[in-house]
Amino acid sequence: MDIKALQEKALLIRQDIIRSTYHAGSGHPGGSLSVTEIVTALYFEVMNIDPKDPKMPGRDKFVLSKGHAAPALYSALAERGYFDRAELVNLRKLEHMLQGHPSLQVPGVEIATGSLGQGFSGAVGFALANRLNKDPGQVYVVLGDGELQEGLVWEAAMAAGHYHLENLIAVVDHNGLQIDGRNDEVMTVNPIDKKFESFGWNTINVADGHDFEQLLDAFAKAKAFANGKPTCIIAETHKGHGVSFMEDQVGWHGKAPNREQAEAAMKELGGEL
Amino acid sequence: MADKIATRASYGRALVELGAENPDIVVLDADLSGSTQTKKFADKYPDRFFNAGIAEENMVGMAAGLALSGKIPFCSSFAMFASGRAWELIRNAVVHNRANVKICASHAGITVGADGATHQCVEDLAIMRAIPKMTVINPADDVSARKLIKQAAEMNGPCYIRLGRAACPVVYDEDVNVEIGKALTVREGLDFTVIATGIMVEKAMEAAELLAAEGIQIRILDMHTIKPIDKEAIIHAALETNGIVTAEEHNIVGGLGSAVAEVVCTCAPCKMAMIGVKDRMGESAEPDQLIEKYGLTGKDIAEAVKSLR
Repeated sequence: MDIKALQEKALLIRQDIIRSTYHAGSGHPGGSLSVTEIVTALYFEVMNIDPKDPKMPGRDKFVLSKGHAAPALYSALAERGYFDRAELVNLRKLEHMLQGHPSLQVPGVEIATGSLGQGFSGAVGFALANRLNKDPGQVYVVLGDGELQEGLVWEAAMAAGHYHLENLIAVVDHNGLQIDGRNDEVMTVNPIDKKFESFGWNTINVADGHDFEQLLDAFAKAKAFANGKPTCIIAETHKGHGVSFMEDQVGWHGKAPNREQAEAAMKELGGEL
Repeated sequence: MADKIATRASYGRALVELGAENPDIVVLDADLSGSTQTKKFADKYPDRFFNAGIAEENMVGMAAGLALSGKIPFCSSFAMFASGRAWELIRNAVVHNRANVKICASHAGITVGADGATHQCVEDLAIMRAIPKMTVINPADDVSARKLIKQAAEMNGPCYIRLGRAACPVVYDEDVNVEIGKALTVREGLDFTVIATGIMVEKAMEAAELLAAEGIQIRILDMHTIKPIDKEAIIHAALETNGIVTAEEHNIVGGLGSAVAEVVCTCAPCKMAMIGVKDRMGESAEPDQLIEKYGLTGKDIAEAVKSLR
């Protein structure tokens, strides 16, 4: 898919994020909007997957370790054809498939996530299993920057380095914000690259995690590494990106837009509620 | 009944057999492979053994990923850390995903002995049982441990298996018919019932001898599966005998006693007494000294039975 088409997909996903969280009356638009290009690049360009055969042997696997960004993932899965787009407005509703955080009942979801750090640890398990099974699939895992405060993340990072999991690519969605404020105020996570490097990883810094050329270039580099190390891509992003009044605002972590806000957001995104 | 074998040793042996039978079996440990006996598997099948280092949470998280990739991971550490430190991973990464992971936790209960309170887990049955749809198993001896571990490997779904550090008497013949989810009637009797789990089965057998000498005949049920608990066997015991004593090497809060009481209260009320660690932390001493001090002997069980008269 060319860059322009990817940008159009990202715009659709942003619209879905606003629409679905508005209808749900809760959810996490900020972190979903920051991770949009990363998820779009993976699902529409980078990963070897088949929506008609979600369990295809040898497929690449995606794990959204920052599971609260589920609205972005669900939209990408629906846009990619894993399930009907109409389901997106039933996010977080009784008897409907799309849970507040990713779960296995959703076609295309590989592992339930939401409890921070656990998706990353599970992804290390996937990568170990692929090696054991001689499965050529790559494992991609997306973490939040606040998530890096979980001790489990570093247990998993240490294991990935120790076991030389070359088939594992992590992306840190570095938007700098978390529930209680800026990372630097709550608990410093920087320097992220040096931390991962010291745990035996390759690192790639992406200056603009909303720029597809930079992201695709980083994924290509990550796959090309053949030095027995997992790779961590640190992508500089903006929480709430694409909606002016949400961008870089701490308050939009776990709050759904009301009708007025949702309409204003959709206007900026060129869509309709 | 002369032999004494720790159930962790039974585990080590069962794993090696399972490793030969099924190439999908993988084993993870958290730097305790000598103690938990997973080293026996590691030595034989090094490619299928993963040491997580001293990182129980990640051990369980990796196991979830391996299980969702078609492997059958057995995860081991001491019960305190396998069930306690990693509890939320067991809940969210394993059970919520219905990942086919077997948590086999050794060094459970106060019979860890000299290591003291930090290593004497008396809450694992309670906290594992509280997880929806979790299977919780606590074998009484070497024979039943090996059989239950084999069955757990065949069962598709998560389970927790409690194992001990100390050598304990072998109570069953090799041909005993033990089955996950079904209480084993160790002794028949109509006066009272003792429902015991783990090493307390053998203590209940001691109690039976003491009571028989006084003309009291007890039924003994080995409740090796704490969850799903064998309701039918409990209801029969409540209706056919004059009361139930539960016996566990575990806190009296939330474990076997509570599980049995839940069935008794709602299905067939009867007199009950509970033998277990009385809501306290452990301490350093020899296992037998602690069994004595905390009231977990055969004599204590016998006294509890008599208190129901």
